[in-house]
Amino acid sequence: MSRLATGGLIDRSHPLSFSFDGKPFTGYAGDTLASALIANGIRLIGRSFKYHRRRGLLTAGGEEPNGIVTIGSGAYAEPNTRATTAWLYEGLEAQSQNRWPNLAFDALAVNQWLAPIFVAGFYYKTFMWPAALWEKLYEPLIRRAAGLGALSALPDPDQYDRMHAFCDLLVIGGGPAGLAAALTAGRSGCRVIIASDDAQLGGRLLSERQEINGREGRDWAAEIEGELTSLDNVTVLPRTQIFGVYDGQEYGAVERRIDHLRASNGKPRQRLWKIHARSAILATGAIERPLVFGGNDRPGVMMASAISTYLNRFAAVPGQRAAIFTSTDSGWQTAADLVHAGVNVAAVIDSRTALPARARELAGAGVECLSNAVVQDAHGRSLRRITIGLEGSRTRTLDVDLLGISGGWNPSIGLASNLGAKPSWSDRLSTFLMEGGPADLHPVGSAAGHFSLAEALRDGAQVAGRIVENLTGQAPSLPQWRCDDEATDSAPLWHIEHRTKAFVDFQHDVTADDVSLAAREGFVSVEHLKRYTTLGMATDQGKTSQVNGHALLAAATGKSISEAGTIRSRPPYLPVTIGALAGHHREASYRPRRLTAAHHWAAARGATFTDAGLWRRARWFARPGERDWTETVYREAEAVRSGVGVCDVSTLGKIEVHGPDAGTLLDRLYINTFSSLAIGKARYGVMLREDGIVLDDGTVTRFDEDRFYLTTTTANAGKVMQHIDFARQVIWPELDVQAASVSEQWSTYAVAGPKSRDVLQSVLSGIDLSDAVLPFMGAREFRWRGKPARIFRVSFSGERAYEVCVVASLGEALMEALFEAGDRYGIIPYGTETQTLLRIEKGHAAGPELNGQTSAADLGLGRMMSKKKDFIGRALSERPAMASPERPTLVGIKATAKGQKLPAGAHLMVDKGAATPANNQGWISSVTYSPALDHWIGIAFIKNGPARLGERLRIYDPVRGNEGIVEICSPIFVDPEGKRVRG
Amino acid sequence: MRIPCPYCGSRDSSEFSYRSDAAPVRPAADAPVSAFHDYVYLRKNPAGLIREHWYHASGCRQWLVVERDTVTHIIEGASLAQGVAR
Repeated sequence: MSRLATGGLIDRSHPLSFSFDGKPFTGYAGDTLASALIANGIRLIGRSFKYHRRRGLLTAGGEEPNGIVTIGSGAYAEPNTRATTAWLYEGLEAQSQNRWPNLAFDALAVNQWLAPIFVAGFYYKTFMWPAALWEKLYEPLIRRAAGLGALSALPDPDQYDRMHAFCDLLVIGGGPAGLAAALTAGRSGCRVIIASDDAQLGGRLLSERQEINGREGRDWAAEIEGELTSLDNVTVLPRTQIFGVYDGQEYGAVERRIDHLRASNGKPRQRLWKIHARSAILATGAIERPLVFGGNDRPGVMMASAISTYLNRFAAVPGQRAAIFTSTDSGWQTAADLVHAGVNVAAVIDSRTALPARARELAGAGVECLSNAVVQDAHGRSLRRITIGLEGSRTRTLDVDLLGISGGWNPSIGLASNLGAKPSWSDRLSTFLMEGGPADLHPVGSAAGHFSLAEALRDGAQVAGRIVENLTGQAPSLPQWRCDDEATDSAPLWHIEHRTKAFVDFQHDVTADDVSLAAREGFVSVEHLKRYTTLGMATDQGKTSQVNGHALLAAATGKSISEAGTIRSRPPYLPVTIGALAGHHREASYRPRRLTAAHHWAAARGATFTDAGLWRRARWFARPGERDWTETVYREAEAVRSGVGVCDVSTLGKIEVHGPDAGTLLDRLYINTFSSLAIGKARYGVMLREDGIVLDDGTVTRFDEDRFYLTTTTANAGKVMQHIDFARQVIWPELDVQAASVSEQWSTYAVAGPKSRDVLQSVLSGIDLSDAVLPFMGAREFRWRGKPARIFRVSFSGERAYEVCVVASLGEALMEALFEAGDRYGIIPYGTETQTLLRIEKGHAAGPELNGQTSAADLGLGRMMSKKKDFIGRALSERPAMASPERPTLVGIKATAKGQKLPAGAHLMVDKGAATPANNQGWISSVTYSPALDHWIGIAFIKNGPARLGERLRIYDPVRGNEGIVEICSPIFVDPEGKRVRG
Repeated sequence: MRIPCPYCGSRDSSEFSYRSDAAPVRPAADAPVSAFHDYVYLRKNPAGLIREHWYHASGCRQWLVVERDTVTHIIEGASLAQGVAR
């Protein structure tokens, strides 16, 4: 065990057992998986991406590139989880990744000896020839070899929640600057949300031994967190990662609700937050910069700040004999922390010429303090020895098993560049800062380059104070705290002479040599470097590697870092599970479902349903003993043609158009005229888009001089409503006309067949339905069971038919009444398949014909276009190409051989001749078997079609392999004179 | 993103559907076909402030003229298209 006997924020009275690669271990409540592994003496955590090198933990935070594991098993397995941010819970199972057969011996570690092949851009250079092998051989092999964890491929068993929130100030980060800011704004009464990815607020105070107002920093943080929690206007969100900044001051966040408990008890695992903040403070701190020297990836080489965190927060000791390699003052603090924890510190190796003041104190504790020195190479499978380069090219070695490295601090400003702002280089601080970011997003503290604790507290309070003053017009009083001013000097150190591989991007195995190779090969911009070497493209998104890589590129290309620049970051800042983004929109709840009033009636009748947009529609009503759906549908069709059937058409769009100018508006919306329509009459109408293509069709009924009712197709109900609103609000606002959707208010049933009137007359006994009163295309209003009702004599099937409308609350009752009365007429319910069959037999256009490419003339409706008025789409319909007879035009087709099926979607070629574009005559849009004719029929679009009746064409359907000859005919197959529909 | 609907107040952009540049005006009925062609097909695509038509489909069903900066995506304001057109 490598656990200190006292100290840290772990609960020693609460041990937790967990396993890593199947071996059992014990940690404590308050541990991360990473700290528990360190406390158990585990140094080897994973294998690297490309070279399969042995890797241990580099950091103690969300920026971790190496400590990537799979947590959980079965459907709960979550690959590529950072051990540093995974809180330990009882029974946690973790597996290492990217190794075979096991972590200690990985066969693919041979890759590192093949390193000359695996240089930057090796895919492009190595797997070029023969090209055919790429897909079948190279890519599958590479994918297997260069991988991270594997998905379980099982459905995610967890639930995810979603929240929307609004606030005056969002504080991103719970460190000292964030706490100071949240407290300042919170005390002023502003609505504040403070989100921290950590389980408790405090940030670096939890990892360090700083004092504020003479108290331990962590106690101070707990007190501030307590005050914030007590304020009604402040929401504290622990375990919440802000992952993206979006347009309109919106912030995406994931709150990890139970990841630290795992036992869900039915509660959501994570919660996705969409936070709308009038202003935000970026108090995300800074990430310590690694140093790039030979073997800097060996287990045992660790960021200095991470060592301090493991010691101070978790009482976990990552090594027995340590050295620190630093170019910063903060590295010396870690040396002091190690000494304080009783760890043997062999040396502090500082690249700077002048040692900081505290060197004397450490020297007094027996630590060798070297100035103007660097670590050139680290040795051992896990770290055993380092080679130190001294002044004058002298070297010496030192045996250590832990090396803390500190190359400076990079403010965590990734979020601030989400909307496109570019970080700028600060020569004073030797780091990138965000100075021209979004006006309402303010970096503070370390994220703004104020690295000392005193500065961070002051900055957080001051910036929050300015924001509060802007919002409220009153300057709040700023809280003040006392703390020691720490030394925060650093001198950048990019280049270190080395002999072995020196890693820049640990997770993607990009070395310093790869960066200079890329520069030599001409990839001289940071964006090229990224894509060519994949620097910064791993799951850690280069949080520890980006700046080092860009600095090395700058040097290799002879530019300053400021000129070379750095890249912008896109959301998500840290990985987000797809489950959290999907929330409850999955499986049955993937999207809303719309059910008609008679849905349950239909379900009880054995309906098979289909999706029509969001609607569920009955497709057919199978009876026991029917072989397949075709038998059902042919029976339903014959029943309608010989008796009576009912189809629920409530999904059609329904719109009321009222007002003195209603007729005028409809004349401008439809190609045909409605201002002349008689009261009590319905008329078929077609609408175009302004470019002359058909938008939708339906019927328009006039109930009064100034009161019309129109129907749309199911698919276009919303689009047509929007179109009408655009016409009356934007194009012709001078018209006195209103429109409203009533699709949800009415339930409509098509009652079709020669016996339809008999059935309806017995249900609606008080209404005269005789042909004299209600002829074809007649309509009237009445009341049924005390509520408004309407009946229209319109037909989509070619039979005598009526559409009856009742208020939706009576829909199911009407269906029941119809079937009670219709029983003695052999009434049947029919679904969308039969509806389609019947309309194809009549040559009526529907969805496959109104496909967004056809004009009114293409549909054979050109003569409906009024020449006496303007309407939407008129002008552009007159363009020569739109009026050309060469355009494919709607015709009927029929099979020429007994039993021959027709394939919808197939093209039609001239009978004799090759299948070439020049011989292509058109395509088949809809097909059905016609029980009335006992052969297959269809609707097709053929060039100059109506002039070619009787001509034969050849089916061309190479993908599905259908063949055959069709004959062009009139699209009206049943009752061409229209006698049946009129009765 | 949020759109300040003059009727409903500040609402989430997912309630709205976008149409296009609000500048083109439908030509008079007797205008030549070329004028309709320009109305339907030609757009300026400016970098900077643009006035666009948005429809509050999941709200008041009003067409709005929304002023938006295509460079920063900042929405400067919105008014009822009916009022603008009149």
